[in-house]
Amino acid sequence: MADHILLRHRDIPDLDQLEVYLEHGGFEAFKQAVTGMTPQEVIDVVKASGLRGRGGAGFPAGVKWGFLAPGVFPRYVVANADESEPGTFKDREILERNPYQFLEGVAICSYAAQANTAYVYCRGEFWDLAHELEHKIDALHEAGLLGEGIFSTDYSLKIHIHLGAGAYICGEETALLDSMEGKLGQPRLRPPFPAAQGLFAKPTVVNNVETLTNLPPILNRGADWYRSIGTEKSAGPKVFCLSGCVARPGNYELPLGTPFRQLIFEHGGGIPGGRSIKAILPAGASAPLLPATDEVLDTPMDYESVPKIGSQLGSASIIVIDETVNIAWLVHKTTRFFEHESCGKCTPCREGTYWMHHLLQRIERGEADLEDIDLLEAVARGMQGKCLCALGEFAIMPVISGIQHFRADFEARVRNGR
Amino acid sequence: MTKSLVTLTIDGIEVSVPEGTLIVDAAKKVGIDIPVFCYHPKLHPVGMCRMCLVEIGRPARDRSTGEPIFDEDGQQVIHFGPNLETSCTTPVGEGWVIRVNSEKAREGRKQIVEYLLTSHPLDCPICDKGGECPLQNLTMEHGPGTSRFLFDEKIDLDKHVPLGELIFLDRERCIQCARCVRFQEEVVDDPVLGFTNRGRRLEIITSSDPGFDSYFSGNTTDICPVGALTTADFRFGARPWELNRAASICPHCPVGCNLTLNTRREARAEGRDVIKRVMPRQNEHVNEIWICDKGRFAHHFASSIERLTKPMVRVNGDLVQVGWDEALVRATEGLKDALGRSKGGLVGIAGGRASNEDLYVFRRFIEGLDGHTVLDDNLAGGDLTREMGVGRGTDLGQIGPGDVILVIASDLHEEAPIWWLRLKQAVERGAELIVANARATRLDRYAAHIIRYPYRRAVQTALGLLHAVTKRADLSPFVGDKSLQKVAKLFMKAENAIIFYGREGLDYKASEALAQACASLLTSTDHVGRANNGLIAVWPRVNTQGAWDMGLQPIPSGLGEILEQASAVYVMASDPVADDASLETLLREDTFLVVQELFMTPTAELADVVFPARSFIEREGTYTSGEHRVQRFYPAVLPLGGTKSDWRIVTSLANAMGIELNFPSAAAVMLAIAESVPNYSDLTYQALTIAESQWPHVGGESLYFGGNAFKNSQGLGVQVGPAAEPGEPSEVALTMPVEESEEDGLLLVPITRLYDRGTTVLPSKVLHPRLERLHIELNPKDASHLGVIDGAQVEFRMNGKRFQLPARLVATVPEGIALMPRSLGVSVVNPIPVQISSVE
Ligand SMILES: Cc1cc2nc3c(=O)[nH]c(=O)nc-3n(C[C@H](O)[C@H](O)[C@H](O)COP(=O)(O)O)c2cc1C
Ligand code: SF4
Ligand code: SF4
Ligand code: SF4
Ligand code: FES
Repeated sequence: MADHILLRHRDIPDLDQLEVYLEHGGFEAFKQAVTGMTPQEVIDVVKASGLRGRGGAGFPAGVKWGFLAPGVFPRYVVANADESEPGTFKDREILERNPYQFLEGVAICSYAAQANTAYVYCRGEFWDLAHELEHKIDALHEAGLLGEGIFSTDYSLKIHIHLGAGAYICGEETALLDSMEGKLGQPRLRPPFPAAQGLFAKPTVVNNVETLTNLPPILNRGADWYRSIGTEKSAGPKVFCLSGCVARPGNYELPLGTPFRQLIFEHGGGIPGGRSIKAILPAGASAPLLPATDEVLDTPMDYESVPKIGSQLGSASIIVIDETVNIAWLVHKTTRFFEHESCGKCTPCREGTYWMHHLLQRIERGEADLEDIDLLEAVARGMQGKCLCALGEFAIMPVISGIQHFRADFEARVRNGR
Repeated sequence: MTKSLVTLTIDGIEVSVPEGTLIVDAAKKVGIDIPVFCYHPKLHPVGMCRMCLVEIGRPARDRSTGEPIFDEDGQQVIHFGPNLETSCTTPVGEGWVIRVNSEKAREGRKQIVEYLLTSHPLDCPICDKGGECPLQNLTMEHGPGTSRFLFDEKIDLDKHVPLGELIFLDRERCIQCARCVRFQEEVVDDPVLGFTNRGRRLEIITSSDPGFDSYFSGNTTDICPVGALTTADFRFGARPWELNRAASICPHCPVGCNLTLNTRREARAEGRDVIKRVMPRQNEHVNEIWICDKGRFAHHFASSIERLTKPMVRVNGDLVQVGWDEALVRATEGLKDALGRSKGGLVGIAGGRASNEDLYVFRRFIEGLDGHTVLDDNLAGGDLTREMGVGRGTDLGQIGPGDVILVIASDLHEEAPIWWLRLKQAVERGAELIVANARATRLDRYAAHIIRYPYRRAVQTALGLLHAVTKRADLSPFVGDKSLQKVAKLFMKAENAIIFYGREGLDYKASEALAQACASLLTSTDHVGRANNGLIAVWPRVNTQGAWDMGLQPIPSGLGEILEQASAVYVMASDPVADDASLETLLREDTFLVVQELFMTPTAELADVVFPARSFIEREGTYTSGEHRVQRFYPAVLPLGGTKSDWRIVTSLANAMGIELNFPSAAAVMLAIAESVPNYSDLTYQALTIAESQWPHVGGESLYFGGNAFKNSQGLGVQVGPAAEPGEPSEVALTMPVEESEEDGLLLVPITRLYDRGTTVLPSKVLHPRLERLHIELNPKDASHLGVIDGAQVEFRMNGKRFQLPARLVATVPEGIALMPRSLGVSVVNPIPVQISSVE
């Protein structure tokens, strides 16, 4: 894609400066919405565009906004900038280099939701970035694009930055809301969903940074244009985070539906050192890993096709694994991550990740028996479908798929230790 | 407000329950136990532990039409999802099919138990909860027999973490169910517990200073489903299966919380039975399944080594121990002798600590000798609460939308903690609460209206309210502001209304005027004579209401005058000298004094004969709560030494003096009471023993569900209605307040703190770190005029004596006022002006 839609800063230098952003049509979409459209009309355009959430679940954004409890105010919009999934680094590039497009997206979403307050929840490690964003928000206030009576209407909006304290679970939207309320970040029981009772028990929209960044181009160029990109059910561009054993890791903005092979080999330059590809983690640590067969490599990366081959697109953080990597080692890493990040609220995840981690440690150290591989799988399967939130369910995916496809790697580790 | 019923099938049993019922509760109601750890029927569900997993089948519906789908046999098709679901978070649905004991559901729960046990220390043999532990029980029933987890990989955590002085945490045993956290937050609104960290490192911490600062902390140990929380009192004290149990009633305040006393014979006590712990006994009409920490921990007075165990008589100026016969002879002769003298007669003083049986017999005895009985108490209005008290069937747990409660001149959180809790909950259900007091109290935060009056103007305020309701011309001097009018309107349109009145800032006469004004407010708005309506006094003692009902009442002008006249004084369960040292001289002179007591009190020290009485744990009897519920307590341990029940001491003496007063048992006394006290007419000990089954189930088989509070099988008590009939409001005579002249200095006002240093609290060492210390509370402005800083010593003179004590500066103390908590060493009965100065 020559012209970027989301990573526009790659085409236009200094797009993180407000003058530059305004010169290139910045805040036209927001102005159009506030001065020429009703909130419902904005929601309708977004629904028609087919925009789906980029935070992982791929839920249609316009539909979610439509769930806001009618007649209940105040409402809030929260941008999820917790970006903590291993191998995910797309939101960060947007926030650093194209912040105004994101903030315009927040503003449009807030208008559509009839919210006068929006928050950006940044992961704790983004403290310097959060500081920068605050300056950008100040600049918008000075330019009259935020604050009271925007565009001489009676619409007012304030955006605040909230810094997390470094927990992966706080990317989960209800844990994020608890964290914002000053509580320990743990997922809430649902229902009620945030659209009914979110922040401070008020109707709340939570969207991912990338999702929101799609809004200005959608309003500027229309739903039909947007639908012309990507596939029928997965419309629009997507920033794919490519990492692992690949020659040119990085963010790639491509239409949804681009096959894995094209991303990894054309854009990413393939596997260095002439080695062969072994497996793919298509959604960071949070989805089943896929053996890199031709069928898998030719699968389009969209919200329908990846589940068909037994995994998820999630946040589209593609981690490439080559032949030199032992999958037991890899699974040990992902499990250690989840054991460390489990919030501890529910029993299966709290205890199961702890147990799996110990088993994998033993396997890694060569202190395990072959039966421990079965036990590991049983512990993972025992957690399946019993956890309170998706983290626990994520945690077992690399384990179960790893053993399923690469059992020999686990056995090799066990045997080498003997 | 009846909810429509929903019908579903649980393991083949059809159940109809109100809409919104959780599956776990619906199952429990038909006797199907779904195991739970984090769920508790008194807390909001959180779905954390995942123990209650079941299969839920919902009627399949056609996607386009929404119509139910039927199979060829005409049976509705039920669709079961792929995953088990938590039955504690899911409300029932029409036509659902729940599988609790299917292979899949049992497997799922077995897995959860195995996970829980991976990090559990399994130190049951040394755990206080062992034997009554939900985790133990549910593991036996639902868990795997063996674990696949390597013991060496268990996490090691601190096992003795004090969360303050009363409660200890064993971090290894905690299963992170958050019941304790949620109890503190949701039930008692002391959010002083929380989690910190995450994953397997998630741990309970306290955020208050002092740690776990809550009057209700002990309840968390009852609902903790493992031995993670234990009390400093019972910790490592006994194994649950060694304990005997006796039903009892808390003797500390007029709420009358139902208790179970757990006892054990102990070598350390020379083989005697001792109280090992005090537990709540379920009574949903009174205390539900909770008690306050005073009720739980302040029981040691009853087994104190300071107790009197032998009768004593005065010989050559000293009290010496003698046998009962000799003491009775001395008392008989002394009384006869004194009464034979020309001057004066017999005065019988009794306190609200005594049981109904004691008080009834006491009155009969004193009156049999033409004596005069006096109730030693400084809150008036027992005659009015007898006439216009809450109606039969009153249950604070049922107060809700449309109902109004007024609390005036009382700090319920300190004086009657469980009432405080019940009113808070009433507000949460939708009742409107009005709190009227001269200063801010903990109840204010739930009040729809707060009425703040200057001390000494409580009566005027109540009369102002009455004026707003009745527009009586003679009350026009008390017309209040708009907010008073508003509150009056609330009263008039209230479905039900209850008034709690206390004695803060009042002397006896003012409290009488206040009681009259409150009673009048209730009668003129038609809020008497029926359930959930009427007048409640926040009595200083557990059975003050009973004492009034038994025919005793205080003397408005105090004891001085009548004692001056008396030639003989008989004191039971009361210590007037401790409250008013000036009585000492009156009693010392040629008055013949007999005292029945637990301890060698200042009054007993003056006596000619002292009889050792039994404490509430050694005998049976009944107390009448502030809500007019008559409740039985039972003997829990063998009586100490040569003690006797108060009523029996009285009858022995009566017979020795030729007054016919014969009762074989306390139950027989109750029969006599029923014959002569109108409201008590249908009472028998049997009637008091009836205990209908209550929800939620607790204890025993259900301790996994409702916690370790004891199931009530010994009686819920009987509420005796007031004398007034609905619809025929009796006219209440009003006493108009006299304007008191403003005097120089500050007004010293006694207030009540839960943890005082009285004789029933002090022997409980476990509470010592939490006991209030002697001090005086000043408004910072007054303090700065006096040149007093926080913590500095001040002095004042009162009744000719000089007192020196530290001052605390508290912003909620009104200007011109000095607050002094009662029973900390300096006795102040009534508000009194004092000149306070700082001590250099
Ligand atoms: C464990 C966990 C972590 C998550 N982390 C993130 C995150 O870092 N960023 C994010 O946008 N969404 C994250 N999500 C998804 C959010 O819960 C939520 O679905 C999303 O923010 C909604 O926005 P969207 O509809 O725009 O995708 C996470 C979900 C789970 C279960
Ligand atoms: S699944 Fe894990 S992260 Fe989610 S609530 Fe349970 S313990 Fe917390
Ligand atoms: S201390 Fe007890 S009640 Fe509190 S979370 Fe732990 S197990 Fe639950
Ligand atoms: S509230 Fe009163 S009756 Fe209940 S336990 Fe506490 S002191 Fe005892
Ligand atoms: S999840 Fe239902 S009892 Fe804990």
